[in-house]
Amino acid sequence: MTTVYVPRDSSALGLGAERVAGAIQMEAAKRNLPIDLVRNGSHGLYWLEPLVEVATPAGRVAYGPVQPGDVAGLFDAGFLEGKAHPLCMGPTEEIPYLKNQERLTFARVGITDPVSLDDYLAHDGYRGLRNALGLDPAAIVEEVTASGLRGRGGAAFPTGIKWKTVLNTPADQKYIVCNADEGDSGTFSDRMIMEGDPFVLIEGMTIAGLAVGATQGYIYLRVEYPHAEIALNQAIEAALEAGYLGDDILGSGKRFHLEVRLGAGAYVCGEETALLESLEGKRGMVRFKPPLPAIEGLFGQPTVINNVISLASVPIILDKGGKYYADYGMGRSRGTLPLQLAGNVKRPGLIEKAFGMTLRELLYDYGGGSASGRPIRAVQVGGPLGSFMPESQFDTPLDYEAFSAIWAVLGHGGVVVFDDTVDMAKMARYAMEFCAIESCGKCTPCRIGSTRGVEVIDRIIDDQDRAKNLALLRDLGDTMLAGSLCALGGMTPYPVLSALNHFPEDFGEKSVAQVA
Amino acid sequence: MTQTEWDRDAVTEVIEQKKSMPGALLPILHGIQDRIGFIPEDAVPQIAKALNLSRAEVHGVISFYHYFRTTPPGKRTIHLCRAESCQAMNSEALEAHIKARLGIDYHETTADGAFSLEPVYCLGNCACSPSMMIGHEVHGRVTPQSFDAIINELREFAA
Repeated sequence: MTTVYVPRDSSALGLGAERVAGAIQMEAAKRNLPIDLVRNGSHGLYWLEPLVEVATPAGRVAYGPVQPGDVAGLFDAGFLEGKAHPLCMGPTEEIPYLKNQERLTFARVGITDPVSLDDYLAHDGYRGLRNALGLDPAAIVEEVTASGLRGRGGAAFPTGIKWKTVLNTPADQKYIVCNADEGDSGTFSDRMIMEGDPFVLIEGMTIAGLAVGATQGYIYLRVEYPHAEIALNQAIEAALEAGYLGDDILGSGKRFHLEVRLGAGAYVCGEETALLESLEGKRGMVRFKPPLPAIEGLFGQPTVINNVISLASVPIILDKGGKYYADYGMGRSRGTLPLQLAGNVKRPGLIEKAFGMTLRELLYDYGGGSASGRPIRAVQVGGPLGSFMPESQFDTPLDYEAFSAIWAVLGHGGVVVFDDTVDMAKMARYAMEFCAIESCGKCTPCRIGSTRGVEVIDRIIDDQDRAKNLALLRDLGDTMLAGSLCALGGMTPYPVLSALNHFPEDFGEKSVAQVA
Repeated sequence: MTQTEWDRDAVTEVIEQKKSMPGALLPILHGIQDRIGFIPEDAVPQIAKALNLSRAEVHGVISFYHYFRTTPPGKRTIHLCRAESCQAMNSEALEAHIKARLGIDYHETTADGAFSLEPVYCLGNCACSPSMMIGHEVHGRVTPQSFDAIINELREFAA
């Protein structure tokens, strides 16, 4: 019996993976060739999806992108023995795009059956939790601190410090909340983890619970990710049944329960305090800090709130040690970052690498340049609130500090590529419009400033009092930067002003303006 | 304004099932929308009473979130991504095509009740832009031609 892998990842499904899986099963039955069809996650090589793999004695062999019409030909060519075919990419792990990565958090994604606990255990799953059960809470927190792990959601706050605060705040009830409201355009690493290896997130949250004394966890998941919801719930059920979750984790007497809660299409709920309000059943309006959520979080109790990738990076840290993780990276950016390459790029996908590679290497060595074949003119890094970066900044290393030094944002590691047909004044207008649509309304600069911002940019595009309106736009940017409670209003000036600073010609300006 | 008929028993059932959850309002609203497709405005007093909230609070939550709707949707809802990655891959032209093809704008439903159109800000399918989602099915690298083919197939399937 030959094992054949066809992803159940929603992006692969969106390119026809379901029909490919059906065609393979039908063709195998027709030819009387028994196969074991496994629905794995995606390796993240989206330019090759649907990527079909066959297990051979020499390892897994990849074929892609496979369409239903290719299936009969693949069987004719002997793909079940890993034989040659125009779509054959050779051994999966030797594909340079994958081979040159450093996969710690994504070690299992694309390899295992995401909802099979046995498969997870066979690939080193739950080793971190077993180690954590032998440590006292402070020692778990110490290991996470030693790893240098910083929040992978955008703000990059040290995870160990956050945990320590919760550990040291006495309370009858504490919570672990996973921020799975990944709403940034160009990011999909959370989705890939939740669809492709949900157990690693569940394990990370369970370890966090042990570390701080929390017995209840919530995954606040965006409603736009129905496939992730299914995979998470299947995995939670399997973990509960096998005693990895529940009232007595692996016989330790320790308790941890986990529930998935759905958001409802509000970008601002990715901000941690708005998320907590939403979990409490309210409008997702930002809270004043302090008090920090670590001290007064969900339902007023001490709460660890971390992003999906932060929590999913915890199991390997507890498995191999904080030092092992910290040995990757540069400067104060330790470990690896799953980068997400999207937009107008030839080879889009997920690339997990230690911090420090340059943007140019990512765009050209991995991405292969633009999809359209035209020059890359701008990239937006870090989501809709991230700066637009021109070609002159492509040699910036992917590192939190290097980015902030040039008024850019690495954030969640999402990179959206635009070719030279992009109109940067239009992109700046879009950023303001997005802020206007998504503002929670609490702060005046964000709520009203963004609407006025759209009008000001419209006047600039229409060449009405251009110099005056450009000055007004910069002034408005300053007000929003300084006068907003959260990143939505506070960072919308990043895409707007970076577009203006680096691409003044699109705003009808001839001279290059100074960076704000 | 005429009232839309809706299944009161289904709403009551959802409320009874979920009202004791911590932070129950969003799960209740999701439950109602999953069951009957929208959240009827005259269900608000019942929800408010069950959770000991004011009607204004419940209305405030429903209107805050883009996903919740207070009118019945078409048979299928098309969520079209408007975010940057899709824009970088010509989603604007696709958007114009879709609106013209269906004869509706965002937040509207076709005259035959077959399709509703909603904007969405990212489906996490950015490596395969431009994207849309119909029901729970994501479609990547959508072109005007592939959109037409998908719609025709769904119309045939429905007929």
